[in-house]
Amino acid sequence: KRSSITRRVSLTERLHLLLQCEYHSGTAGDVGLEIILWSFLSVGPRSPQSADYPDLRKHNNCMASSLTPAIYAKLCDKATPNGYTLDLAIQTGVDNPGHPFIKTVGMVAGDEESYEVFSDLLDPIIKERHNGYDPSTMKHPTDLDASKIHSGNFDPRYVLSSRVRTGRSIRGLSLPPACTRAERREVERVVVDALAGLHGDLDGKYYSLTQMTDGEQQQLIDDHFLFDKPVSPLLTCAGMARDWPDARGIWHNNEKTFLVWVNEEDHTRVISMEKGGNMKRVFERFCKGLLEVERLIQERGWEFMWNERLGYVLTCPSNLGTGLRAGVHVKLPLLSKDPRLSKILDNLRLQKRGTGGVDTAAVGGVFDISNLDRLGLSEVQLVQTVVDGVNYLIECEKRLEKGQDIKVPPPPLKQFK
Amino acid sequence: MPFGDAHNQVKMKFSSEEEYPDLSKHNNHMSKVLTAALYERLRSKQTPSGFTLDDIIQTGVDNPGHPFIMTVGCVAGDEETYEVFKELLDPVIEDRHGGYKPSDKHKTDLTSSNLKGGDDLDPDYVLSSRVRTGRSVRGFCLPPHCSRGERRAVEKLSIEALASLSGDLNGKYYALKNMTDAEQQQLIDDHFLFDKPVSPLLLSSGMGRDWPDARGIWHNDNKTFLVWVNEEDHLRVISMQKGGNMKEVFNRFCTGLTKIETLFKERNHAFMWNEHLGYVLTCPSNLGTGLRAGVHVKLPNMSKNAKFEEVLKKLRLQKRGTGGVDTAAVGGVFDISNADRLGFSEVELVQMVVDGVKLLVEMEKKLEKGQSIDDIMPAQK
Repeated sequence: KRSSITRRVSLTERLHLLLQCEYHSGTAGDVGLEIILWSFLSVGPRSPQSADYPDLRKHNNCMASSLTPAIYAKLCDKATPNGYTLDLAIQTGVDNPGHPFIKTVGMVAGDEESYEVFSDLLDPIIKERHNGYDPSTMKHPTDLDASKIHSGNFDPRYVLSSRVRTGRSIRGLSLPPACTRAERREVERVVVDALAGLHGDLDGKYYSLTQMTDGEQQQLIDDHFLFDKPVSPLLTCAGMARDWPDARGIWHNNEKTFLVWVNEEDHTRVISMEKGGNMKRVFERFCKGLLEVERLIQERGWEFMWNERLGYVLTCPSNLGTGLRAGVHVKLPLLSKDPRLSKILDNLRLQKRGTGGVDTAAVGGVFDISNLDRLGLSEVQLVQTVVDGVNYLIECEKRLEKGQDIKVPPPPLKQFK
Repeated sequence: MPFGDAHNQVKMKFSSEEEYPDLSKHNNHMSKVLTAALYERLRSKQTPSGFTLDDIIQTGVDNPGHPFIMTVGCVAGDEETYEVFKELLDPVIEDRHGGYKPSDKHKTDLTSSNLKGGDDLDPDYVLSSRVRTGRSVRGFCLPPHCSRGERRAVEKLSIEALASLSGDLNGKYYALKNMTDAEQQQLIDDHFLFDKPVSPLLLSSGMGRDWPDARGIWHNDNKTFLVWVNEEDHLRVISMQKGGNMKEVFNRFCTGLTKIETLFKERNHAFMWNEHLGYVLTCPSNLGTGLRAGVHVKLPNMSKNAKFEEVLKKLRLQKRGTGGVDTAAVGGVFDISNADRLGFSEVELVQMVVDGVKLLVEMEKKLEKGQSIDDIMPAQK
């Protein structure tokens, strides 16, 4: 069968499709035929590539930085085997020019193959976003052996809570921007089925968004577990909210320390968390749960999207590799007023957020501190980085409490150059 | 998202039942018509430009609707959508447009001299008069599906055509992406500026893509004739002025529209139109004339009268707040307009508004004097 890209269709092809279309719809009737003939004759094929190139002059995102007219021309006729196209992948970045200070990615993947078919655009974006990691030459290490973590139990006078999250995609099914309703329901079925096989401290229950009772909903809100229909235009413009709330849901264990979101921004988001500073235990549960779920889906003939080049494959290029964000809520009131804080965090490869998550402000000197990196370093390496960094920050805070001075740590060696 | 036919083939791997949307909580025209069996028959089809069933219904799946307001729940991506998917759209059209059948013919009449009266609505009550419609340029996909290149081509053609207008239709185009702050403020003050759609009904169908690329506003120097380019339709055309001279508003509307159509034809582009559906627009609710003729009218007494709704229904009129659809009336001032779009001509619809508003004002005056309105109750139009 011919190329299925309908946006650049030759006149001959249009005739082909018109005749097919008439065949499918039976007798078109006089009026219908008139419409079809008129449209066929009046204007030629859909526009040439240069006419379709987006206007990115006011844009500040990774896609806009990398999408030259030449790359657009090269990729605009391509599609993944599922029919996902460049225009679909960049739509979110075209629709959301970005912020002068925050550089968003501006592009998503519709399926695993997007990262291959559109690599001319995605590789430079990945390199920019992931501190120089070059997917065409480098390999990503995966390491989920939590026993390697040391000093991972923080002073609970400072660390209020600890959390590790990541995402996983089910190979063979399209990602949230492109999935059909049946594919999304299949993801739900596969994941819920696997989660039902978890036992012991991971024994839990699934709450489908379409069938949740009011009582269940309220409890999930009170636990801060419930996710809502995305309102961020970054997500909605990419098509991730289609058919909401069909096939979306939340699973958590009875102890409320291990949580899985189904079909939100990724096929799955996996979260391990608890109050206090025992990051090591949080990460142990994280690894155990993840490896167990992987085993359970493999028993049923499925696997996670993963490759040597990119690690775990997720919807947003910013989450490739480990997809891991390990973080704590930590009280640093004196350090928060120190002008050296930003530099200290930079050198520790950490980022700060407010306790409401990304884009929120810190309240009462309490910060969300987590790893900056996602790709090119393993899970163990990233969690150890957070552990070492948070321990350093607590030391600084203690020194400041005693009126002593603090030092800015040396910057790390250049990771990927 | 306008996915295209290759993506549609992925769905064919799954059974129709597995793909069929959950419409159990839905209340829109699409959900009333789209049975599982119909979904199965239509899901493999596409228009020549690749618009599919799921593209049509996405907005209706994402927006279940309101228990009291019946939204349409589907859109067209191109002219052929109405043909290829007639099994879905004909019943939707019939339900939405008062029983309009697939075999019915729609009459177009833009000869404004056929309107009787309309120049004498009492300006003490009728504060402003307005007529709007839409037009689509044949050969290009509609806002839910068009590529950036197509949208820009529609803009370019529109700018060229509108630049040729003269006399009291002499005017200027303001592209949304090139507007200065001062121009923007002026357009806001004039209540002309349209913003990026926020309604999920529009966003779910893909009409907000690439905003504000190739979107703009044209208006004449007198600020009585206005054209929106690439908002919810290729073109939205509006004629308006203060006071009750609907005849003059409609004259300008017809003159302007006819001139624009001629200018497009000179450039080898026709408007999408056919005998059965009239003017073809993105939303099935705007087929036929796509015309809404309305006034802002003071009816404080009438609006409190128990028979208000009944009168409107008999006159084939609808009321809205002065902020437009989904707003409430403020200070007893209502937006009163024709309820129909398809199956009546432009002249017929404006005549209904003119005659109907005249009667409503008469009723208002009677109620002011404490008189009854029973003897002037209208028959069902």
